[in-house]
Amino acid sequence: MSDALTKALSERDWLLADGATGTNLFNMGLQSGDAPEFWNETEPDKIRALYRGAVDAGSDLFLTNSFGANASRLKLHDAGHRAHELSRLAAEIGREIADSAGRTLIVAGSVGPTGEIMGAAGTLKHDTAVQMFEETAAGLKAGGADVLWVETISAPEEFKAAAEAFANVGMPWCGTMSFDTAGRTMMGLTSSGMVEMVDSLPNPPIAFGANCGVGASDLLRTVLGFAAQGAERPIIAKGNAGIPRFEDGHIHYDGTPDLMAEYARLARDAGARIIGGCCGTMPEHLRSMRIALESHTPRARPTLDHIAEVLGGYSSPNDGTGDDDGSVPRRVRRGRRRV
Amino acid sequence: MAEEDDLILSELDDDELVQQMFDDLYDGLKPEIEEAVNILLERGWEPYDILTKALVGGMTIVGNDFRDGILFVPEVLLAANAMKGGMAILKPLLVETGAPKMGKMVIGTVKGDIHDIGKNLVSMMMEGAGFEVVDLGINNPVENYIDTAKAEEADIVGMSALLTTTMPYMKVVIDTMIEQGIRDDYIVLVGGAPLNEEFGKAIGADAYCRDAAVAVETAKLLVARKHNRMSAG
Repeated sequence: MSDALTKALSERDWLLADGATGTNLFNMGLQSGDAPEFWNETEPDKIRALYRGAVDAGSDLFLTNSFGANASRLKLHDAGHRAHELSRLAAEIGREIADSAGRTLIVAGSVGPTGEIMGAAGTLKHDTAVQMFEETAAGLKAGGADVLWVETISAPEEFKAAAEAFANVGMPWCGTMSFDTAGRTMMGLTSSGMVEMVDSLPNPPIAFGANCGVGASDLLRTVLGFAAQGAERPIIAKGNAGIPRFEDGHIHYDGTPDLMAEYARLARDAGARIIGGCCGTMPEHLRSMRIALESHTPRARPTLDHIAEVLGGYSSPNDGTGDDDGSVPRRVRRGRRRV
Repeated sequence: MAEEDDLILSELDDDELVQQMFDDLYDGLKPEIEEAVNILLERGWEPYDILTKALVGGMTIVGNDFRDGILFVPEVLLAANAMKGGMAILKPLLVETGAPKMGKMVIGTVKGDIHDIGKNLVSMMMEGAGFEVVDLGINNPVENYIDTAKAEEADIVGMSALLTTTMPYMKVVIDTMIEQGIRDDYIVLVGGAPLNEEFGKAIGADAYCRDAAVAVETAKLLVARKHNRMSAG
């Protein structure tokens, strides 16, 4: 008995995921400072509209409005105890939209970062992180999510904690990280490093990949990095619709639907099987990505130069993969004391 | 590893010890930094010289390697933590000796934004560079920035946002400063993942800082410019 996502991946070469959550909700009147997850309770029609926007534009899969529904983030809105409940509501509304769509839709329960730092320099301990993720995961499961989907993660420790929590609730899952710092995650992980980490997990994800980050070009460079590392698992590409610009008092992403169509085709050629957008990706972008993918004849894997030509340049000259060959100068060390 | 010599910090001469402190900061070794600061104090070093020559010198290397993508956030946090250990010893002595001040920054994430990793990094790197930092924490309404900047007689107001939904609030703060006629009393620096230079200009900030290392460089430059202007005027 396989889960809905595994089944869909066995039947189709590619799946179209959804686009932005925050950008869409902001356009619906979410105020700077409000926790979007409260809307699962207070403005369910707007959340329905959010999901329906992706579904009507042709997405095969959409993420629930639960990105910040963990105790660590909600406590800043005095709602630290509501992670399970708000996650469940997010998934319930998702289930309702998916089941009434008239075609197979996958409800992916979004799990965002805690916002705290783990590891030697941090304050968040592994067990606490697992516990927090588990609460969110259990809520999403109770609400009827098909899979769990941890996203925008920077630290390998946090990704692993989420994986452990998902095992504890017995749910299939996907996971994406954000490569926004010279091609690496903020914590320094490279695309090849992520492949190694994902492969070493006791309960590996169905699919893994990259989301958010800098622009569409950088995201595809990361996808090429996954593929070069010989990733066997389906790869997810969820890039931002260009770069944010400030116009008339609000934020506008400069990526056009045409650009996102090019991005979707290139993502497919680069080896991604689940393709969607992130910040700034609106239904009109998804619609144009859907058309692009449906009419697409697979081409050879694109070169970095070709991607830059079509989508624009990269944020950094390289992405940190292959650094271990000594090409990056390390500091020459003096003696070190033994402790 | 086995070839590395055991070092006794107190047996190193001053130059070697400062070099060793650069290494120990780089490696985030807090107890070693504290010990070295105490050794230099015992040798009669001025607290201000220990701060600028040893600690700020070492953190500059960390900052440069962070900027160049050789070090990443976890290493920088450990280095900053080691620096803090040394600063805790020096701070009361710096006050006592009336050492010159680099400048003071008020910093916080804007209203609605609870993402403070970047802001914390900037705080630590600014302290690492010798600035005084008043950290407002997360989720700050406009009055937090303005009241604190006035009360603390700050030179710099720093705002951070991670979300596209919260970054417009930076303009609210700057517009309020303009309304109150105090905008030019402060250097306004903004930062955060979704921002860019164009955004910084559009909302009327003095500068957008791509990362913590750039924030430090920009702060040094603009504070120096401000001081020059004041002495010229």
